[in-house]
Amino acid sequence: MVFEVFRQERKGQPFQHAGSVAAPNLEFAEAYAREQYGRRGESVALWVVPRDQLLEIDDFVDELERNYHRVDGYPLKEKLKEARARAAARDR
Amino acid sequence: MHEQLLEIADDELILGWRNSEWTGIAPFLEEDVAFSSIAQNEIGHARALYELVADELGTTADELAFDRPPEEYRCSRLVELRLADDWGRTIARHWLYEEMDAARIEALKAADDPRIAGLAAKIDREEAYHRMHARMWHERLAAEPRYAAALDELRPLVDERDGHTPELAELWDEMTMVRRSVPGATW
Repeated sequence: MVFEVFRQERKGQPFQHAGSVAAPNLEFAEAYAREQYGRRGESVALWVVPRDQLLEIDDFVDELERNYHRVDGYPLKEKLKEARARAAARDR
Repeated sequence: MHEQLLEIADDELILGWRNSEWTGIAPFLEEDVAFSSIAQNEIGHARALYELVADELGTTADELAFDRPPEEYRCSRLVELRLADDWGRTIARHWLYEEMDAARIEALKAADDPRIAGLAAKIDREEAYHRMHARMWHERLAAEPRYAAALDELRPLVDERDGHTPELAELWDEMTMVRRSVPGATW
């Protein structure tokens, strides 16, 4: 069985995927996860989850190419720069 | 007290060495990492115990670990055996050893000397993971006839300290080779 391991670096921070361990059951997975992701003080907590208990979603249908639902290609940086320039010109 | 501490230190050094013989060839990668780490811990415990005794005797941990002739080592026959081709027997030894060691370290935690009691407490915190590891494997293999046979074979050796196996002399040769060939070398 494969178990996915998530680790939290500091209290209050989000858990992030650390890697996976192969183990025959949860008990072995705990031992191996502690060993590989916890013994050097690199984590304050771990989540160990059997891979087959995770729901993976990777099909995001966008048949009509409604890219206005997406936020990419929206150059806020440029807009901000222009707005600041306008404000500076006005205040002068 | 020295003798008892040396007994534990020798056990830990020799067992750590034997267990490290699995590094790179353990049954699977995760176990390789875990078992190698346990081996490293054992050698770390040996060093700390040797240092404690060395302070008292006015010598060094290295001298205690490597400059005594093999017949003066106080380790048990159990830890001397070279088992690196038989995982079942290795786990049988690991479990028998950890169960015995747990009682011994527990008793040391109550020692009058605070340095000894403190070190025992420190060692015990790491040994807790060794025990967890040994017990989970023990449970997993408990129903295997070969494992049961290994337990029967090895159990009488746990505290057998009269005389040594020929395997200790071979290991001693290997273990002390660098020190004997370059006396006084520092790293």
